[in-house]
Amino acid sequence: MMKKSRRSFLKVAGIAAIGLGAAPAMTFAASDSHGAAQAVKGKNQEALSAHRWGMVIDTSKLNEEVAKNITEACHRNHNVPDFNHEVDEEKYPNTRPTNPKQEIKWIWEEHFNYAFPDMEDEFLVEKFKHLGFPVTCNHCKNAPCVQACPTQATFKREDGIVLMDFHRCIGCRFCMAACPYGARSFNFRDPRPFIAETVPEFPTRSKGVVEKCNLCAERLAKGQMPHCVEASEGAIVVGDLEDPESEVRVLLNENYSIRRKQSLGTEPSVYYVV
Amino acid sequence: MLEIAIKGSRNYWLWIVLLLAVMGAGAITYIDQFTNGLMTTGMSRDVSWGFYIANFTFLVGVAAGGVMVVIPYYLHDYEKFHRITILGEFLAVAALVMCLLFIIVDLGQPTRMLNVLLYPSPKSMLFYDMLVLNGYLFLNIIIGWKVLEAERNQVEPPMWTKPLIYLSIPFAIGIHTVTAYLYCGLPGRGYWLTAVLAPRFLASAFAAGPAFLIILCYIIRKFTKFDPGWDAMQTLAKIVCWAIIANLFFFVCECFVVFYSGIPSHMAHLQYLLFGYHGYHALVPWMWSGFILMTLGAIFLIIPKLRNNKTLLPITCAMIFIGAWIDKGLGMISGGFVPSPLHHVTEYAPTGKEIMITLAVYATGFLVLTILYKLATTIKEEVRG
Repeated sequence: MMKKSRRSFLKVAGIAAIGLGAAPAMTFAASDSHGAAQAVKGKNQEALSAHRWGMVIDTSKLNEEVAKNITEACHRNHNVPDFNHEVDEEKYPNTRPTNPKQEIKWIWEEHFNYAFPDMEDEFLVEKFKHLGFPVTCNHCKNAPCVQACPTQATFKREDGIVLMDFHRCIGCRFCMAACPYGARSFNFRDPRPFIAETVPEFPTRSKGVVEKCNLCAERLAKGQMPHCVEASEGAIVVGDLEDPESEVRVLLNENYSIRRKQSLGTEPSVYYVV
Repeated sequence: MLEIAIKGSRNYWLWIVLLLAVMGAGAITYIDQFTNGLMTTGMSRDVSWGFYIANFTFLVGVAAGGVMVVIPYYLHDYEKFHRITILGEFLAVAALVMCLLFIIVDLGQPTRMLNVLLYPSPKSMLFYDMLVLNGYLFLNIIIGWKVLEAERNQVEPPMWTKPLIYLSIPFAIGIHTVTAYLYCGLPGRGYWLTAVLAPRFLASAFAAGPAFLIILCYIIRKFTKFDPGWDAMQTLAKIVCWAIIANLFFFVCECFVVFYSGIPSHMAHLQYLLFGYHGYHALVPWMWSGFILMTLGAIFLIIPKLRNNKTLLPITCAMIFIGAWIDKGLGMISGGFVPSPLHHVTEYAPTGKEIMITLAVYATGFLVLTILYKLATTIKEEVRG
């Protein structure tokens, strides 16, 4: 009796082992066909791709006008609410007054001492004392926000872009506490009354979710450069950091650049040529 | 056993009605927050966690503090804690109910909260916090209920409760450790980025929890015929004493490291809390009051004559409880966000609506606590009689 049951156990175990051995081969076969199907369905022919997307900001080409245009282009095209926008009373009756501290920002200007607080220097070079540095999500290689998110609503794509699923976000704001760059904003209220003109190419958000710069993933997928690049008059270049021939790499080879809070080890993908 | 909770004196019902009224007012306020979003709060882009998360953090400590009666009784057979062990466990249950409610009212999209289970993310500390908090809650409900039921029937509690009780001890340490890990693992927040955060959380928890338990013992003695025992309360007072001293010591260690090393990103937060920063000092009087309360409380508990004073002890305990609440509730969370990672200063103060919802969560916790304590004390009276 004892022997028999042991034999049958061994038999089952053996079959299971074969199964386990076969499993990787099967998934390989499955993923192969699956992958091909996906490539046909998902990848646009003219889509821009990279091993790791990065951004180089040439500070010598920045001025007040350019910085303003950058923010404007990004915010308008991503339906980022502007709390100073006059609300359409008919469409949104009884809208409560706004709190400027609860504003939403994707890319904006900061003075050197705020953009690079660990490099604060009383003898800072004169040209930087009044210059506005565009700051945004750094799409960090080791993104603390991705690690912190309890639902994977914030995730890192294989090409390095840190993206958000606005429909999965539960609004716990752990990512905001985790981000060392203040790059994230929370929708404390419904943003729609404060959007001057809704751009249909990009979704509006609901209250209660976090948002931030997405490096215009929706444009890269269509073969277009991000809005900020187009508005920057050459000050911002976006490209593949892992391709030595790319424009961003050439810029980084030829110029000295800094990144925000490098000592934290987050490995930002946004470089500032100074 | 629950039938005991619906038989009570006039005062009992008045208290219940009061709690329900506060809960009702809070629920109405919450409907506004739910419909209009967290714009109703004082939170902002820079201070993205406020009163809710602060009270959550503090109450995780109160819940963990319950283990200070469980360890002596179950691990060291300290008989004098026999009568109050159940009080510690039920206090943990009520505190955890409040913790979970505070998390829910803090969410921007509460209807999506089960996404945490649908997409489990083992890299997120919030995932583990959810596991240990719920685990500790269920352990305490099961243990408390079974032990009390056995006492009522005058039999030994079932054997299987023993391993659960032993398991609840690491869980108690775990809930507060993981809660500290939520904060101290974030690279850009200098105030929290310290290994002493979890030990400090535990120390203040082991002071605040038992201090509150002593106050509850006084209330029980006044309103029921059940006597938790003066000796047990004295031992608790000694636990509070050393725990609060440990908390103050850890804080001094933190201050030394921060101010002696002088690293600005770490120093700025403590400067803001203790002396004000760039002209902003909303929390300075609070923080000093908190530390004075805790220090005086520690002194009152060290000196035997003062500790044995039956009138002074509840006041001392209240001082320590409030002091710990200021330190951990008010200062710990705001302090971590001010100044912001870009070194901007945005101050935070809760709005009236935020305070109302907070009060309602506390009222819910007190309702749970009242019902559970009503069961415990009535059964203990019955058994003795």
